[in-house]
Amino acid sequence: MGNVNRMKNSLANSEWAIEARGLIKHFGDNRAVDGVDLNVRAGTIYGVLGPNGAGKTTTIRMLATLLRADAGSARIFGYDIVKDPHIVRQLIGVTGQYASVDESLSATENLIIFSRLLGLGRTEARNKAAELLEEFGLSEAAKRPLKNFSGGMRRRLDLAASLIAQPPLIFLDEPTTGLDPRTRNQMWDTIRRLVDTGSTVLLTTQYLQEVDELADRLAVIDHGRVVAEGTVDELKASVGTSSLHLNIQNPQEIIVAREIIEQILKVKTTVTQDIGKITAPMSNVDAVTDLLIALRQKGIQLDEFSVQKPTLDEVFLTITGENVPQDLKGSVQVEGERV
Amino acid sequence: MKSQLLNKPSFNQSLRNSLTMAYRGVLKIRRTPEQLFDVTLQPIIFTLMFTYIFGGAISGNVQNYLPVIIPGILVQTVITTSIVTGVQLREDMDKGVFDRFKSLPIARIAPLAGALLADTIRYTIATVLTFTMGYIMGYRPEGGLGYVVLAGLLVIVCAWAISWIFAFFGVIARTASSVQGISMLVLFPLTFLSNAFVPAETLPNFLQWFVKINPISHLVTAVRELTNSGAIGWDLSASLIGAAIVVIIFAPLTVRAYMRRT
Repeated sequence: MGNVNRMKNSLANSEWAIEARGLIKHFGDNRAVDGVDLNVRAGTIYGVLGPNGAGKTTTIRMLATLLRADAGSARIFGYDIVKDPHIVRQLIGVTGQYASVDESLSATENLIIFSRLLGLGRTEARNKAAELLEEFGLSEAAKRPLKNFSGGMRRRLDLAASLIAQPPLIFLDEPTTGLDPRTRNQMWDTIRRLVDTGSTVLLTTQYLQEVDELADRLAVIDHGRVVAEGTVDELKASVGTSSLHLNIQNPQEIIVAREIIEQILKVKTTVTQDIGKITAPMSNVDAVTDLLIALRQKGIQLDEFSVQKPTLDEVFLTITGENVPQDLKGSVQVEGERV
Repeated sequence: MKSQLLNKPSFNQSLRNSLTMAYRGVLKIRRTPEQLFDVTLQPIIFTLMFTYIFGGAISGNVQNYLPVIIPGILVQTVITTSIVTGVQLREDMDKGVFDRFKSLPIARIAPLAGALLADTIRYTIATVLTFTMGYIMGYRPEGGLGYVVLAGLLVIVCAWAISWIFAFFGVIARTASSVQGISMLVLFPLTFLSNAFVPAETLPNFLQWFVKINPISHLVTAVRELTNSGAIGWDLSASLIGAAIVVIIFAPLTVRAYMRRT
């Protein structure tokens, strides 16, 4: 283990964990990845945000030596992914979108086999498996076949398997897609811990909130291209603040209600006519208290009231000037918080 | 663990990785014993069927036919079993776990070699069952137990070698069922156009020519010589040389195709 830590430290000194230049991958006529550049600083969490089919997974698969790029080049801690794939594989852990573990075996057996493949001895492998299962809260299910595992358990096991060799760079492809909020929070904690121990993490996601929570920097990918890159704050600043949505019970009062809102929040409002929803940009949360009091004083009954963070839709609208393509829309989660 | 970064897996590592992958194969068999149905039932049913159907016609009676048919059916059954290796490999490769194998710093050949190695268990079961069935039906090989074991080993080694061909189909094919299809198409003529079931002399000339150069015939003859008279002849060497050639050609081909495939 000491050696691994030393290796991690020496690699941490190399500034960049990932340097990718002009990665291109075609599938037939479809340019899945169309000239992606990425620079990921060692010891950070880097988010790659985009809808389904944007080219996130393909990019990860190329960087992880699972897929050969048609053009472009990439280095992992300075090692070329095409010239030194075997070295690169010693530096990375990959957790796929679909759990890459063996369905027909138990959790322990899975981890033991991966440990053995990574060069651990019989006892070492057994201990490592037990240790990881404990850490990921899977000890009780250790002997059960994976067929009976829930999605969250599978993901955790998958991540555990990626950490056996304590690789300095970990790829996480949509680590929380399909997880319930509690499991998702656990996963986030685990990812944060990883970085605390000096690892670099590249994660892809469809959720703006996730990069917000975790990532130091991010790239937004669309149609196989990086359409925006920067810190999370930079991106959010470009997209704008949260917005206020409210429905009122009596449609006749819409005009009055709009006046009150515009007066108190000092912004322009819009109305979606058919459903009678009023939308207003919101910068000062505190003003909402005044607004609610004012509405009550006028006797306006509310039907629904919510504050929503910018959705991936809005991010795309702002950055690319076009909506998320309709066929992908079903996959995009709207992040709303009811108040 | 690793103290330095290696550019290539060493031979030792390749061997260790392959054995670990074989261990995985064994675990899988233990978890899903139903996948052994074919290797348990096929030897029993085929041995019974062929012996009683052809026995009287070819050798006058069942008893005289046994020394001819048991080696023949053994080779046919075990080699056919090796098709399943390709089919299962295809199914296995479609699963996410192969992504992980590919991303690990292990020898590229290990997931394939391991799977093929684990499948020798299947061949062993088929071999033991065929000989057992033969024994129950009255087959008493004159070569003695030692040569019977040797013959069994020969068949297992050759089946392992041939399974590389099906592994290759498994890697390049799109679906498991197409692997099955292609493999049967290759194997059916090979096993039947041999001396496995009938003496080559009874066939028309143009077929005799093929039967005599068919590698399956050499393997069947080698097994017959070993079990029936304890003789080690040219056919044994020919079978082993043939097996070696198959591995030398198909193992690298398969590994390369496996690495290319996405």
